[in-house]
Amino acid sequence: MPAPIRLRELIRTIRTARTQAEEREMIQKECAAIRSSFREEDNTYRCRNVAKLLYMHMLGYPAHFGQLECLKLIASQKFTDKRIGYLGAMLLLDERQDVHLLMTNCIKNDLNHSTQYVQGLALCTLGCMGSSEMCRDLAGEVEKLLKTSNSYLRKKAALCAVHVIRKVPELMEMFLPATKNLLNEKNHGVLHTSVVLLTEMCERSPDMLAHFRKNEKLVPQLVRILKNLIMSGYSPEHDVSGISDPFLQVRILRLLRILGRNDDDSSEAMNDILAQVATNTETSKNVGNAILYETVLTIMDIKSESGLRVLAINILGRFLLNNDKNIRYVALTSLLKTVQTDHNAVQRHRSTIVDCLKDLDVSIKRRAMELSFALVNGNNVRGMMKELLYFLDSCEPEFKADCASGIFLAAEKYAPSKRWHIDTIMRVLTTAGSYVRDDAVPNLIQLITNSVEMHAYTVQRLYKAILGDYSQQPLVQVASWCIGEYGDLLVSGQCEEEEPIQVTEDEVLDILESVLISNMSASVTRGYALTAIMKLSTRFTCTVNRIKKVVSIYGSSIDVELQQRAVEYNALFKKYDHMRPALLERMPVMEKVTTNGPTEIVQTNGETEPAVLETKPPPSGLQPASQANDLLDLLGGSDITPVIPTAPTSKPASAGGELLDLLGDLNLTGIPSITAYNKNGLKIDFTFERSNTNPSVTVITIQASNSTELDMTDFVFQAAVPKTFQLQLLSPSSSVIPAFNSGTITQVIKVLNPQKQQLRMRIKLTYNHKGSAMQDLAEVNNFPPQSWQ
Amino acid sequence: MRGEAGPGAALPGGRRRAESDPTGPGTGPGLGPRTPVPGPGAMMRFMLLFSRQGKLRLQKWYLATADKDKKKMVRELMQVVLARKPKMCSFLEWRDLKVVYKRYASLYFCCAIEGQDNELITLELIHRYVELLDKYFGSVCELDIIFNFEKAYFILDEFVMGGEIQDTSKKSVLKAIEQADLLQEEDESPRSVLEEMGLA
Repeated sequence: MPAPIRLRELIRTIRTARTQAEEREMIQKECAAIRSSFREEDNTYRCRNVAKLLYMHMLGYPAHFGQLECLKLIASQKFTDKRIGYLGAMLLLDERQDVHLLMTNCIKNDLNHSTQYVQGLALCTLGCMGSSEMCRDLAGEVEKLLKTSNSYLRKKAALCAVHVIRKVPELMEMFLPATKNLLNEKNHGVLHTSVVLLTEMCERSPDMLAHFRKNEKLVPQLVRILKNLIMSGYSPEHDVSGISDPFLQVRILRLLRILGRNDDDSSEAMNDILAQVATNTETSKNVGNAILYETVLTIMDIKSESGLRVLAINILGRFLLNNDKNIRYVALTSLLKTVQTDHNAVQRHRSTIVDCLKDLDVSIKRRAMELSFALVNGNNVRGMMKELLYFLDSCEPEFKADCASGIFLAAEKYAPSKRWHIDTIMRVLTTAGSYVRDDAVPNLIQLITNSVEMHAYTVQRLYKAILGDYSQQPLVQVASWCIGEYGDLLVSGQCEEEEPIQVTEDEVLDILESVLISNMSASVTRGYALTAIMKLSTRFTCTVNRIKKVVSIYGSSIDVELQQRAVEYNALFKKYDHMRPALLERMPVMEKVTTNGPTEIVQTNGETEPAVLETKPPPSGLQPASQANDLLDLLGGSDITPVIPTAPTSKPASAGGELLDLLGDLNLTGIPSITAYNKNGLKIDFTFERSNTNPSVTVITIQASNSTELDMTDFVFQAAVPKTFQLQLLSPSSSVIPAFNSGTITQVIKVLNPQKQQLRMRIKLTYNHKGSAMQDLAEVNNFPPQSWQ
Repeated sequence: MRGEAGPGAALPGGRRRAESDPTGPGTGPGLGPRTPVPGPGAMMRFMLLFSRQGKLRLQKWYLATADKDKKKMVRELMQVVLARKPKMCSFLEWRDLKVVYKRYASLYFCCAIEGQDNELITLELIHRYVELLDKYFGSVCELDIIFNFEKAYFILDEFVMGGEIQDTSKKSVLKAIEQADLLQEEDESPRSVLEEMGLA
C-alpha cells in the first residue's frame, strides 16, 4: 500500500481543480483512501490523514469519520500526533456529541505531562471547547496549575479557569484562593490573563466583587500596575507604537470600571490614574486611542467627579474630529450612551456631530442621526432641523423612516412657532412622504387640527403638494383629510401666511377623484379621499351634485370598505339629509394626547438604543432647599420668603404651546424693562407683562447674557421676595450662557402681588466660569411702578 | 506560484496601514438561530480568515455552536463584509454582535465580539496576529496560510485562548511556537524520513 499523500501535496492537487465537480471528485477519492487507512489502524500516517481531513473540512466537506482518530492521536505519545489531534478535536468535536467525553482522560493525563508544551495543548483545548462535564471533571487540575510558578502554564491556566467559570459558574469559588498572588507576577502574560480572570469573577458574582474591593484591595494594586506601565521607560517586549502593553492597560481599565461602578471609595481611588491616562496617552495611533476609549468608558461608568467626566466627553469630542473613521464611529457610539447624563457637555460638540451626518459610512451616519435627535432642544431646534431635513433628503432609504419619525417628535416638542411646525411637517411629507410611518398620519392630523389659525395655510400647501404627485400615501392621506375639512378655506382664498391661490371647487374635486381612481392609491388612502369628498358637500356650494354622483358610483365598489362608506354617505344624502350638515361639521380641537415617552426609534441588533429624544434633566448638583436657606440666612430678614426654583430641564419655557398660553391673556402695554444685574460680564434684564385676567399677576421674563470670552455653565437663578408676595419660577431655557453675548438664558417668573405692594427682590446667581464656581447676591429695587401697581 | 495581487501578495505585517476595499452598505441586524450566551457580554465569539473570493482560510470558534449554524453564519458574514465599500469603517453591527474586520492584502481578518468589547483594541489584536504570522513565515502571504493552515492555528492558539489574549509579548509567543516546532522535529526520527523517500 503506497504511503498516503502528504498534506501539502493534497492541497496543491485540490487547488488545480478547475470546477466544483472536479474538486468534489478529488476530495471523495482522498476521503476514501483516508477511510481505508483509518480502518487499517495505521499509526504512522494517522496524523497526516487527519491533517488532510481538517483541510477538507475547512473547504466545507464532511469529516466526522475522523473524530475518533483525533482521540487516538491525542492519546499518542508523539508530540506531533498530539498537536494535530488536539487541533482536530477543537475543529471536529462538538460538545453535543458524547464522544467528546472520551477526551477527558487524555486531557487529564496531559495536564500532568512532563513537557509544558503538552500541558499547554491540553489547557488550550479545554479552555477553548471544554464542555460543562469536562470542566467539572478537570477543574481541580486547572486550579493546581493556576498555582504553579511556571508562568507559561500559569497564564494558560488562568484563561482555562475563565472558560470553566463561564461553563460552570458554580465552580468559581474554588479558584478564589489561587487568585491571591496573581497580580504580584512580573510576567505580562500572567498579569493579563489574571486580570481577565478577576474580571470574569467580579462580573459574575456581586459577592466576589465586594470581596475583591474590600478584602483584597484590588483597586490600589491595579492602579499601581497601571501606573508602572505608563511611567516605565521603553520596554521592547511589550511596546506597541511607543505605548507599553496596551492590551494589559485596556484590561486593567475595564476591571477598574467594574470595581468602581456604584462604589464611591473605589471610584475615588482610581480618579487620579484615570486622569493621568486620559491626559498622557499618545493619540496619534489607533493603539493610543484604544486606551483612551477604554478610559472614557470607565470614567463614564463609575462615580467620577464632574471634571473627569468633562475631560472624558472632550476626549470623545476630539475623537469626532479624528480623520480615522473608526475613531469617529466609536466616539459617536459612546456619546450616544452619555448624552442623557451629560447632556450639556455633549451639546458642545453638536456641530461636529451634525457634520458626521454627511459621512459616507452608513454606520457613522446612523449614529450621528440618533445623536443629533438626542441633542435637539429649544435653543437649537431651527438649526438642527435644517440639517436633519437636508439629511432626510439625501440619506439612504433605510434611514428615512426613522429620520422622519424623529423629526416629527422633535418638531412637536420644540417647535418655535406653529407656522414653522407646519412647514417642517410639510417638508418631511413631501421629501420622504412614502417612508413616513403609518402612525404618523393620525398624529399629524391632530396637530393640524389644533393649529387653528394655520388651517388655511396648511390646506393650501398640502393641496399644492399633491397636485403634482399623489403617489406618496401618507402625504396624500393627510392632504385628503385636510382638504375635506378645510376645502372651503381653500376655495375662498383666505390664506394669510402666503399668497392665496385661485382654486375652484371643481379643481379640488378633480384631485380628490384622481386619488380615488389612481392605481397607486392604497385602500386606506381611497377611504380618506372618499370621506373628504363627502365632507365637502357641506362646505362647497356649487358642486354638491357632482359629489352626490361620485359617492353613488362607489356604492358598488369592489373594495368593501369603500362600498360601505359610499352606501352610508348615499343614505346621508337621501334619507338623512337633515343630519348631514351636523355630521360633517368641522372637527373640534382635539384634546392633546401626551406622547407617552418618545418611541424607540432605532433598535440595533437587540441592543436597544436609549429613547432618543428623552433627555433627563442634567443634575443641577444643588440642594434647592439648603440653597433657599442660605438665601434666608444671608438676607437675615424674616419678611422674605425664599423661593425654590424648579430644577432646570432642557425643555425651554418658550415651546410653542406654552408661549401661546402665556401670550393669550397678557397685556402687552409697554412696561419699560430694567437691567436687574450687571457685573463681571453677566447681565440680567427683566421685561414685564401684566396679566389681563388677573391684575395681581406680573410676569417677568429674565434674560441672562454673557459678554466675557468664556461660557458660563451650570447657571442657576434664584429669587426671594417679601412675604406678602408669591413667586413662581418656571424652567429656564438652559443652564449655559454662551460667551460674547452670542446667546441668552431666558426664564419666566410669575409674581403674585395681591396687596399691590412695591416689588422688591433679592436674587442669587451661581454659575461656573473660567473653571471656578461663582456666586453672587444682589438686590433688585428698580422695578418700574407699572410692574406692580 | 506566488502571484502579485492574489494569494501570493505579502500581507503588510510590519506596516500599520489598513487596506480599503470595495463597496456595499453595511447591513443591519439579521435574524438567525441564537446560540446561548454564557458571559456578561464581553468576549470574542469567533475569528474568521477569508479571501476576497469568499474562500475560508481559518475559522476559530470560542463559543460552542452547531456545525450547521456555523456554516450559515460564516456564509452570511462573508457576504456582508465583502460588500463593504472602501471608505467605510472597520466596524459593523451584525446580528447581536459587533464585527471588527481588517483586510491585509488578499485576506480578510474578521472578529465577532460582544457588546461590551473594545473595538479599537480588537483591531490591535488582529494586527498582532498578523505580525506573529509575518514573523513566523517571513513576510507572510495568503499562500502560506493556505499551505500551512495548521501552523496558522497553532500560532493563533498560542496567542489567544477562549477568546482572550494569553500573552502580550510577541517574543514570548513566537518562542513557544519555536520550541513546540522543535519538539515536533525531534519526533521525526531519521528512519521515517528515509521511508517516505522510499529509500528504506
